[in-house]
Amino acid sequence: MAEFLTLSQAIETVRDGDTVAMEGFTHLIPYAAGHEVIRQGRKQLTLVRMTPDLIYDQLIGMGCAEKLVFSWGGNPGVGSLHRLREAVEKGWPNRLEVEEHSHAAMANAYEAGAANLPFAVLRGYKGVDLPKVNPTIRSVTCPYTGEVLATVPAIRPDVSIIHAQRADRAGNVLLEGIVGVQKEAVLAARRSVVTVEEVVDDLGPRSPNAIVLPSWTVTAISVVPGGAYPSYAHGYYKRANSFYQAWDPIARDRDTFLAWMREHVLERGPEDFASRLAKVA
Amino acid sequence: MTDQTPSTTYSATEIMTVTAARALSAEDVCFVGIGAPSAACNLARLTHAPGVTLIYESGTIDTKPQVLPLSIGDGELCETALTTVSVPEMFRYWLQGGRITVGFLGGAQIDRYANLNTTVVGDYDKPKVRLPGGGGAPEIATNCGEIFITMAMSPRAFVDKLPFITSFGHGTGAGSREALGVKTKGPTRVFTDLCVLEPHPDTKELQVVTLHPGVTRERVQEQCGWPVKFADDCSETPAPTAEELKILRDLHERTKLAHQGEA
Repeated sequence: MAEFLTLSQAIETVRDGDTVAMEGFTHLIPYAAGHEVIRQGRKQLTLVRMTPDLIYDQLIGMGCAEKLVFSWGGNPGVGSLHRLREAVEKGWPNRLEVEEHSHAAMANAYEAGAANLPFAVLRGYKGVDLPKVNPTIRSVTCPYTGEVLATVPAIRPDVSIIHAQRADRAGNVLLEGIVGVQKEAVLAARRSVVTVEEVVDDLGPRSPNAIVLPSWTVTAISVVPGGAYPSYAHGYYKRANSFYQAWDPIARDRDTFLAWMREHVLERGPEDFASRLAKVA
Repeated sequence: MTDQTPSTTYSATEIMTVTAARALSAEDVCFVGIGAPSAACNLARLTHAPGVTLIYESGTIDTKPQVLPLSIGDGELCETALTTVSVPEMFRYWLQGGRITVGFLGGAQIDRYANLNTTVVGDYDKPKVRLPGGGGAPEIATNCGEIFITMAMSPRAFVDKLPFITSFGHGTGAGSREALGVKTKGPTRVFTDLCVLEPHPDTKELQVVTLHPGVTRERVQEQCGWPVKFADDCSETPAPTAEELKILRDLHERTKLAHQGEA
């Protein structure tokens, strides 16, 4: 059963050297949880995420990561993730090993993890160079048709971390809107941490097909209103597109970046996210 | 009354977007890349192709955004969609399932066979420039019925040899796709700020089929890193109409105001 914990207690679930997936496809990105990982000074993590986004730019720039597994590493609609680039191009603040996939492959790999299969199979990677630089991309011959199909190993994180709209008091979690790969990421992981906008007595009116993670699939829940900012929570607040634009000059320079992280992350706590939200609403 | 008069005052980016938009029809089911493709696809929907089905890789199907999304998963896309599915479902059932007629891509670099690079400039392990990577593009490029590409021309973007193939176009020329068992058409049109290119029917090498008004062949060659060919019947791109430009500019203005309001 999910345990309700403070964010700081919940993130103690993450240990140095773990493989950690923080998912959320543009929507519901677990920023508050990522910041807590940075504050707790976790090291040598293998960070898995389809779109690293600003949150992994921050984790990488603060030296939390040893390896990155990803499929699209940009600041959406804005440009580069400068901390990710500097880690790959110049090894700052440390050398970063990269395992690179396509979106289709990673989505399939999460699904394979959730399905307790060793690998995923897809009609992909045809004619491209990624398989030449990523030895985990292999192939299998279909036993029925003889077609050669691409394979990638299942993603099985030690910990998956997601943000969701709400949980009920029993710890069942509801997420809606653009749901990405979060359900798969949680079901593929050994442990999971979910931050939520609020806890309610009843999850409320919903489609019988709504995405609900039962309490017994989640390790820890932490209530962090605004915890997805500057990403968004459908039904609660919008994506702070202007913050994504503002991040570009902050992240370009090491010192500006470090100063920003000190002021807005290291010297702050999760309660800050609710006030950032007040600014957006 | 709509104003169909050809306009003479438009930017190079505007004619690129308008020309790209015109290529989509109301019957298309289009997988939309972010940035320039997204502007073109939504312009098509707001002008001649209101029935076009736009799909973004975040899982939003038949979305009708009032403002252009900054990211592939802005809330606007989900709120105006017919339905939103998970990302594994999007890539498995809808893209790999063969439901998409057109994939609309941009890229950092392209070669004469319309292969695209969005991964690295320089060596993969020691890159000069680390670009964002493939995202959905590698599978979009082979699983959609055909591919439209839109990107501005420059010698750094239109290159003789790609340092990395992120998305497969026509490989090394005619027969390359067939040799890999790929049954889709691949890139059929490339919309730039100076001209429109299409693969030669026999060789699959890109050739210029229309030049935008006022653009010379020399200008196109200056911005292209290989000796570019021109179709025998190379003609002039019809200029954007006043109506197309108004709708495009209104869209950009609404988008700018909306994104400014999002602190």
